[in-house]
Amino acid sequence: MNKIKLIISREYLTRVKKKSFIVMTILGPILFAAMMIVPAWLASIEDTEIKNIAIIDESGVFINKIENTKFIKFDYLENQKLKDIKSNFSELNYYAVLQILPSISYEPSAVHLYSNKQSSFEVISHISNAMEEELKYKKLKANGINEDILKSIKSDVNVRTIQWTDEGDEKENFTEVNMILGYASGFLIYFFIFLFGAQVMRGVIEEKTSRIVEIIVSSVKPFQLMMGKIVGIALVGLTQFLLWIVLTFTIVFGIKMAFFSDLGKIDTQEIVAQNLFENQSPLPATTNINEDFASPDKISLILDKIKSVNYPLVIGLFIFYFIGGYLLYGSLFAAIGAAVDNETDTQQFMLPITIPLILGIFVMMNAIQTPDSPVAFWFSIIPFTSPIVMMVRVAFHVDPWELYLSMGILVITFIGTTWLAGKIYRTGILMYGKKVNYAELWKWIRYKS
Amino acid sequence: MALLQAQNIEKKFINHIALDDVNISIPENSIYGLLGPNGAGKTTLIRIINRITAPDKGEILLKGRPLQAEDVNIIGYLPEERGLYRKMKVGEQALYLARLKGLSKHDALKKLKYWFDKFEIQAWWGKKVEELSKGMAQKVQFIITILHEPELLIFDEPFSGFDPINANMLKQEILDLKKRGATIIFSTHNMESVEELCDHITLINNSKNILEGQIDDIRKKYNSNIYEILFNGEPEKLERSLNPHYEIIDKKKVNGCNAVRIKLLHQTSNNELLSLVIPAVEIISFKELVPSMNDIFIKLVNEHKK
Repeated sequence: MNKIKLIISREYLTRVKKKSFIVMTILGPILFAAMMIVPAWLASIEDTEIKNIAIIDESGVFINKIENTKFIKFDYLENQKLKDIKSNFSELNYYAVLQILPSISYEPSAVHLYSNKQSSFEVISHISNAMEEELKYKKLKANGINEDILKSIKSDVNVRTIQWTDEGDEKENFTEVNMILGYASGFLIYFFIFLFGAQVMRGVIEEKTSRIVEIIVSSVKPFQLMMGKIVGIALVGLTQFLLWIVLTFTIVFGIKMAFFSDLGKIDTQEIVAQNLFENQSPLPATTNINEDFASPDKISLILDKIKSVNYPLVIGLFIFYFIGGYLLYGSLFAAIGAAVDNETDTQQFMLPITIPLILGIFVMMNAIQTPDSPVAFWFSIIPFTSPIVMMVRVAFHVDPWELYLSMGILVITFIGTTWLAGKIYRTGILMYGKKVNYAELWKWIRYKS
Repeated sequence: MALLQAQNIEKKFINHIALDDVNISIPENSIYGLLGPNGAGKTTLIRIINRITAPDKGEILLKGRPLQAEDVNIIGYLPEERGLYRKMKVGEQALYLARLKGLSKHDALKKLKYWFDKFEIQAWWGKKVEELSKGMAQKVQFIITILHEPELLIFDEPFSGFDPINANMLKQEILDLKKRGATIIFSTHNMESVEELCDHITLINNSKNILEGQIDDIRKKYNSNIYEILFNGEPEKLERSLNPHYEIIDKKKVNGCNAVRIKLLHQTSNNELLSLVIPAVEIISFKELVPSMNDIFIKLVNEHKK
């Protein structure tokens, strides 16, 4: 037992001390944080520049109908020709010139926006939205629909999905949050299995090609060496994952503190954090609907959405499925590493590992739409795809028996694959210069120990 | 007393038998040579002794009792194909491998310091293995093999890849280890080193051991009773002096004098031969042609091919 600890600590420490690990650990959160912050930052700098846009409305329909926003100001020019403006555009200090042709009422493309730079999407969408609204309004009015009716039909529809539980309660689901959470966790598991599984394989090949393996297996059993490596690398993966989470939040909070404190987002975040810890409900993705109706304002709705997720359950299951899936595939990766002499020979054995994982990703995307479809159900039970697919279904709602079945099968299967892989590994690590095929692997499995 | 015994060891692979009813007995504090052509099954036997693979049949006894998993801690093994982690530092790696053999961190460090001082390689401690030359890496591997002071040392083709200086150092260390009480098994093709170092040998050919025993006994057994006489005088005169108990195998000139090889056909003595030839010619030298291990090796292997 002490020896396996030594192996685990070597596998762990040599990898954690590597430059590539440190670089990945630092770059990862910077990238994640950038993905969260840069769009917000871009939006904020975009907004501060006031854009003056000249409008030459030859149709006369839109005079004073396109509203100014905080940063886009419209200037209606009468009796001016486009070419006059074009000739001294730079002195006029306009951001752009909007030309509306008289044919606009029957020809939707009769609008031109001239500028000496690429016009921003924000400007274009604001103009087209406003014009569409105005045209629709005009046409409805022309057909005799009265103005009060037109105002009253304007409404925002927000579908709230409510689920009846077996106990007869009503629970509100927040599909968007579930989708994002399910997608992110399923994809992370897929990514981690590949990333760290490949590290197991490369580690085995390294030991084999450097020929140190025979020295080591004269001290420990091959199975101990294999498990030590798999567990050591799993710990590397968990370390990296935890560091990413901690560092990402540190960076995001830090930057928000420094640059966005005036936007009042800090308070929101704190409330979110508080609510997360207070929420201890046993079922995923639910809150009591009555509470919810009592607080209809927008901020608390968002908060309810975020806190509606049962985080202890989701994080617990994430760790379970990550470890289960990784162990299942990690041992197979180790067996492949043992069967070949160098990394280029791994191709033919990689296919049976890659296909179920990629299939898992496809079914996961499908399961986000229909988490209870038969396909999603079966792929969340089959152990080779369940770590990816089940995480998505968990984010919505899964009956406990399905979860237990899936977890049980995963555990049994990874014990099975580890046992099989151990047999291949044991023979393979001492076998050199032999082109190995599947028939050969089958023989290795049948060798007596 | 035998330190290690292999009894009726059998090991089959899919298409061939690696070891077939192999029996060896390795006396305590001996240097035991494991000889045999390539593919004879030497490495398989060594791996079975190291508990890397298990035999299909038969048993390995250590000091009379079956070999246990913990016994690997008293074995030091230098495989034929050997290597180290290329990216790992020498000292760190030596410490790791020593601790895998059951040494505590403290003991391992103390012993490593002793050996690194002895071989004057302290400067390598913080270097990565990939920065070392092959000879340097071999020294490190040797230290790792013997660091935990194993009672039984197994060297598989230890001289392959060693330069003459390192090979000589290795020979010296092997003899030193024996002096300190260790038992050493080594497998090799290098018959010179066998004659120099081994007390006992076994010859494995085609998965069977066809010869086992003390090296002196084996030589006597394969003694062909051939003597070489160098002399001044006429060969014909010498020939005439012999009786039918002796047979001349060949005659030639060596450095200006004549040489003959004579085989003693019936259990006659050397002195008798001498007394016959002395009156005939002037003897310069007289010596028994003892078969080298190389000759015995080739002879036996060829006999078994037939």
